[in-house]
Amino acid sequence: MQHKRLTLFAGHYGSGKTNIAVNYALRLAGEGKAVVIADLDIVNPYFRTKDSAKVLEEAGVTLISPQFANSNVDLPALPAEAYRLVTDRNTYGIMDIGGDDRGAYALGRYVPSILEENDYRMVFVANCYRPLTRTPEDAMEVMGEIEAACKLKFTDIINNSNLGTETTPETVLSSRDYMEKLSALSGLPIFATSAEVTVAQQLTELENVLPLQLQEKYFDLPTQKPGNRPLWG
Amino acid sequence: MAERVLMKGNEAIAEAAIRAGCRHYFGYPITPQTEIAAYMAKKMPKIGGVFLQAESEIASINMVYGAAATGCRVMTSSSSPGISLKSEGLSYIAGSDVPALVVNVQRGGPGLGGIQPSQSDYFQATKGGGHGDYRMIVLAPASVQEMASLTIKGFNLADKYRMTSMILADGTIGQMMEPISFEDAEIENYEKPWALTGTNCERKHNIVNSLYLQPDQLEKTNFERYERYKVIEENEPMWEEYMMDDAEICVVAFGIASRVAKNAVVAARAEGIKVGLIRPITLWPFPTKALRAAADKCKAFVSVELNMGQMIEDVRLATECKRPVSLCNRAGGMIPSPEQVLESIRQAQKGE
Repeated sequence: MQHKRLTLFAGHYGSGKTNIAVNYALRLAGEGKAVVIADLDIVNPYFRTKDSAKVLEEAGVTLISPQFANSNVDLPALPAEAYRLVTDRNTYGIMDIGGDDRGAYALGRYVPSILEENDYRMVFVANCYRPLTRTPEDAMEVMGEIEAACKLKFTDIINNSNLGTETTPETVLSSRDYMEKLSALSGLPIFATSAEVTVAQQLTELENVLPLQLQEKYFDLPTQKPGNRPLWG
Repeated sequence: MAERVLMKGNEAIAEAAIRAGCRHYFGYPITPQTEIAAYMAKKMPKIGGVFLQAESEIASINMVYGAAATGCRVMTSSSSPGISLKSEGLSYIAGSDVPALVVNVQRGGPGLGGIQPSQSDYFQATKGGGHGDYRMIVLAPASVQEMASLTIKGFNLADKYRMTSMILADGTIGQMMEPISFEDAEIENYEKPWALTGTNCERKHNIVNSLYLQPDQLEKTNFERYERYKVIEENEPMWEEYMMDDAEICVVAFGIASRVAKNAVVAARAEGIKVGLIRPITLWPFPTKALRAAADKCKAFVSVELNMGQMIEDVRLATECKRPVSLCNRAGGMIPSPEQVLESIRQAQKGE
């Protein structure tokens, strides 16, 4: 995988952006790079990048998160520190953008700097099992709305097709037709396929697989314990 | 097998409502249920339905009231403070005997409270909330699949008994994602001769109203309504029993609390404690018979709740105070851990 200085993950809400952003950051850190990840989600009240604060810290990844994330302050404000991602060009930056066009508005203010530097990858996170992006045409609609909101074009697609705890290798493999069609319609390459780590291990026939280490949740039922965990938006 | 999709709890409610024939949604945004409105805004225009963001919660519940009077399937959704605002309309809807579906994805309270999950609107949902003598059917989903299936069930029951069904969920179930399918969607259709659909000058006009000029008439209507409630209490309670066959300790929990409790029951069983779980699925009608039967064979009850102890009163009533009932709780947006519930089960086992 060739890395760009900046990687932005955007897409439909619940498509898996946060998990992918966190795991991609860990992967870069694992390759010895200095990594900063910013949570630019101004939409989602629960299940945020900050939930992974401990694991990111242990890996040496710097987390920039809205001051009020995971609190009762439902305030869509971004920290000034987030500018560091576009100004400090000596570190690898990862941006976790909020869902849909509403979430992507927050990205707009950083776009002039991103375009000026021109060393970025803007990744559309796609899950063909989400009901509002059930067809490649639906996904194209969401993609267009996000681009219009943040004034930045996507450069890549990541295939994160999954059914949460029920995901099998077959679940992922049967999404390939959909993704190829989405790739053809948008003219964008499929940058990687992501899957929960135990599923990813079985996807030997695919290139560029990003295994996802997911967090266990207090409300997982006995049948949903590790190895068979849900994938949270 | 029906097609599987990965959905947020809030989305599952919206999609299920559409599949149940709902083409009228009136609401006002509030965290953590806004995805319901967002989904409706996206889908309704594509299927000839109405999505309308009202100027307030009060306006939206009265739009529901108006649409319900025409006999169509109609819904609104909100979260705790918004439901308080809708309470006047809920009372009018009950007083007019029209069917509607109302969703409460609860957050911490009282007051503006917070945006994190809670179950502290149990009293409000099951004991009234609005003024006057009335009930709502209250359904408490514990999974994304149940968010969908109970929404469809809620519409069916609302039409069947001409009253409001409330989905009482919480922020976690609203926000979490699980794979589901809609294979069990059984839509029941009921005649609505009372509905305001236009007479075509062919029949006597219908009136939908909650005002009665004569007190004896109002009394009569109240008595008749409570006869209907009695039928519901007899026929409609729903609950799940988990490891109850030989249980000596009975944990009672609904919604998200029941999932934590299930993990604790498994852990306690591993320690040799004979413990089971009764999960009320309908909070009204409360599964009184199941609890009363459990009181004959269990020595203690533990009520697990995300509030300061509300359902525990119904557990005590249902068990006729024959056994001690202890409370295991967190409040204000916090959630009990499986370890906390396990410790409560251990204490109940010791008789403490």
